[in-house]
Amino acid sequence: MEIMYILIGCSVFLALVFLCAFFWANETGQHNDTYTPSVRILFDDDRADEANPE
Amino acid sequence: MSDIKQDVQLEEKCFHCGDKIEERGYHLDNHDFCCLGCQTVYQVLHESGMQQYYRYNQHPGKSNRTEKEDFSYLDEPQIADKLIDFKDDKITIITFYIPAIHCSSCIWLLENLYRLTPHVLQSRVDFMKKQASITFSHGQLPLKELVYLLSNIGYDPKITLQDVVKEGNKRNLNPLVAKIAVAGFCFGNSMLFSFPDYFGMGAFEKEYASFFGYVNLMFGLPVLLYCASDYFKSAIFSLKQKRLNLDVPLALGILVLFMRSAFEVITQTGAGFTDTLCSLVFFILIGKWVQQRTYYHISFERDYRSYFPVAVTVLTESGDKPVQLADVRIGDRILVRNNEIIPADAMLLKGEAAIDFSFVTGESSPIHKILGEIIYAGGRQIGEAIELEVVKPVSQSYLTRLWNNENYKDYDRHFQTFVNFISKYFTVVLLAIAFFAAASWVIDGNANKAWGAFTAVLIIACPCALALSSPFTLSAALSIFDRNKFYVKNTAAIEQMASIDTLVFDKTGTISSPKAASIYFEGRLSATEKNMLSAVCRNSNHPLSREIVKWLGSAHGLSNSQVSDFKEFPGRGMLANVGGQQVQIGSATFMGIGNIKSDGSVVFIRIGEDLKGYFTVEQSWREGLSTLVEDLREDYGLHLISGDNDRRLDALKLIFPSDATLLFNRSPMEKLDAIQQFQGAGKHVCMVGDGLNDAGALRKADLGIAVSDDINNFSPGCDAILDGDSFAKLPRFFAFSKDAVKVIHMSFGISLLYNIIGLSFAVQGTMSPLFAAILMPISTVTIISFTSLMTRCYAKRHKL
Repeated sequence: MEIMYILIGCSVFLALVFLCAFFWANETGQHNDTYTPSVRILFDDDRADEANPE
Repeated sequence: MSDIKQDVQLEEKCFHCGDKIEERGYHLDNHDFCCLGCQTVYQVLHESGMQQYYRYNQHPGKSNRTEKEDFSYLDEPQIADKLIDFKDDKITIITFYIPAIHCSSCIWLLENLYRLTPHVLQSRVDFMKKQASITFSHGQLPLKELVYLLSNIGYDPKITLQDVVKEGNKRNLNPLVAKIAVAGFCFGNSMLFSFPDYFGMGAFEKEYASFFGYVNLMFGLPVLLYCASDYFKSAIFSLKQKRLNLDVPLALGILVLFMRSAFEVITQTGAGFTDTLCSLVFFILIGKWVQQRTYYHISFERDYRSYFPVAVTVLTESGDKPVQLADVRIGDRILVRNNEIIPADAMLLKGEAAIDFSFVTGESSPIHKILGEIIYAGGRQIGEAIELEVVKPVSQSYLTRLWNNENYKDYDRHFQTFVNFISKYFTVVLLAIAFFAAASWVIDGNANKAWGAFTAVLIIACPCALALSSPFTLSAALSIFDRNKFYVKNTAAIEQMASIDTLVFDKTGTISSPKAASIYFEGRLSATEKNMLSAVCRNSNHPLSREIVKWLGSAHGLSNSQVSDFKEFPGRGMLANVGGQQVQIGSATFMGIGNIKSDGSVVFIRIGEDLKGYFTVEQSWREGLSTLVEDLREDYGLHLISGDNDRRLDALKLIFPSDATLLFNRSPMEKLDAIQQFQGAGKHVCMVGDGLNDAGALRKADLGIAVSDDINNFSPGCDAILDGDSFAKLPRFFAFSKDAVKVIHMSFGISLLYNIIGLSFAVQGTMSPLFAAILMPISTVTIISFTSLMTRCYAKRHKL
């Protein structure tokens, strides 16, 4: 059952990777604006509309 | 028939901004507009094929009738450099604070700026902060042109050198978030590694028990040393001050938890409490984070620098030159245009000065100054452009001196929150129980259990739930206030609010509103004369003209074409020819007649040679003032301190209760002293004010509430900003704050109950790690859900 030690080491390492990913996201300001992107994604690609406004 | 049709059309709303259309004649592409401004914006967008703006929301614009600011100072590289974020030889990046951002159309339009001009390379909106970050090539598009472009489409950026915007630009480096992340990470992992022990291990698995123990301890270490470090610092600090705050028992609990876990793991006598330690720290850190919630776009700490303009026009021999305020010297000749603020104490050299000091002193009507008179900084010129000579540098003017006055400095408020009050006794009782439990085991001759019981008491009674009750309650209350346009600076201010027993109001701008005007007419006008007046006044954008048009109401019938030779004299009046008759509208001096004493602005009317009468426009009381006083008079002492004269004393006497103190002609210092007097009499005073003259009183009072009709505009430093629209809700706000404190008391009762249950096990020395690991989160979750639900329940009861 020595494999347990390796598996636990792996799982903790993986968890640490995610923790680092969170830090990276936080440092690069990805949590600064949590609202605007939710609106932005709903805008149409308007190239087609331009021909027939309203 | 035509009348009915007219009425229906009057109900129509402006296609751009949604305001009611009061003046006819702005019509384009089957859409009606309320003013030329709105129509122009539509036109600009239409020509660029950006009608989508109107499709995401109905009436996405904001009415745009204020006069355009002069941005020529942006051509000065010294000033511009302070505003921009980044610049190289091709591009510039700048972040603007744009108060008008309010819907998805705004985001869409501002992020599609590149379609209006190819020189904008990229624009990004942060909706919550009301900011737009714009990258543009400054070679083709100077900064000034960019600002004018924004201004033309109705999104005037607010430019000040000292304000929230630049601070908001800093990266999100809040260490608290990192600490929560680490604590959460350790909590999750240590819980997983504790499960084997909780579920029981078979004989052969026992060999892993100590391994799991050490792994757990490894997770506990960063939580103890990094995440919980603030609690230790705060506990040590408060012990040095010989005070006991809530961080003392918290830090003690955390420390004991770790020591006992380490002891058990190293001596292999148990599994330790590392998961409880991690969850405890994780939850209290979240409580702290909730409490720290701030407003992105409101500043409570503004001083005079954000009230004054960024730059002022200095007249030099080589022509006009915008100069930033700090560089204005004594002897400079400055030009102040209509609606601009006088930035420094200065002597009037040229022009007719009518200075509106209402924001600085509380006086409601403009003051006329003659040539050679000294005009104090802070007033707003109304009328034509005037020339002044600066006699004192900006930093030493009357107004800024007031601000720098010692008495205006922040007061150390000796206010005790409920939690502070409780924690004193809490720690003492907790230690007493712990020692008592240990002592009784020692007397029993069971020294081993004494150590167990002692540590167990400190662990189980750790006031985690108590530490969370007030942040969660108050932050829920904060967001309810926020929804009702009452912006409270922090959670402590809400508790402060609940303890208030005396309210002091300012008059001008606080209980009277600059927006709500009542208009009276003295004299006689025939129907045709009304039509003539209406036709003339429609040509002017002056607020008084608009009030008159509103008063004339349904009078119409004359088209613009019948008005000829229209001439407007800013700040004085206007002259026009209607159907061959001369119509003159304006102030007493403009008409060449003596002034009459009145409360507000007076507008005279002359048609032909005859003086037909005059309009009086007064600031009227805010809506709901009398019911507000009625609601508050039972529980609160109500007083009024005004910087204005006592012309309206009689009216106020009818509104305020008979025991109210009504003081007039008070200087800012006297206002502050009056507050101090109330406080000296043992009262908890709340000052409700608006202007710079209230700044000292707002700071001195136990709670300062600034009333503002546009929260993006300048307001003096205070604890809370109240939107003028919600003025009538003030009694309900106060009642609700009391209920919020009640919720804290109740949740304290609940957390005490959990503590008693836990303690009854702890003193017996029978607390297992599993028991602690379950009790801690359950009590936390109970408190969080109870406080949030209860607070919202009370809010509903107050219809907030």
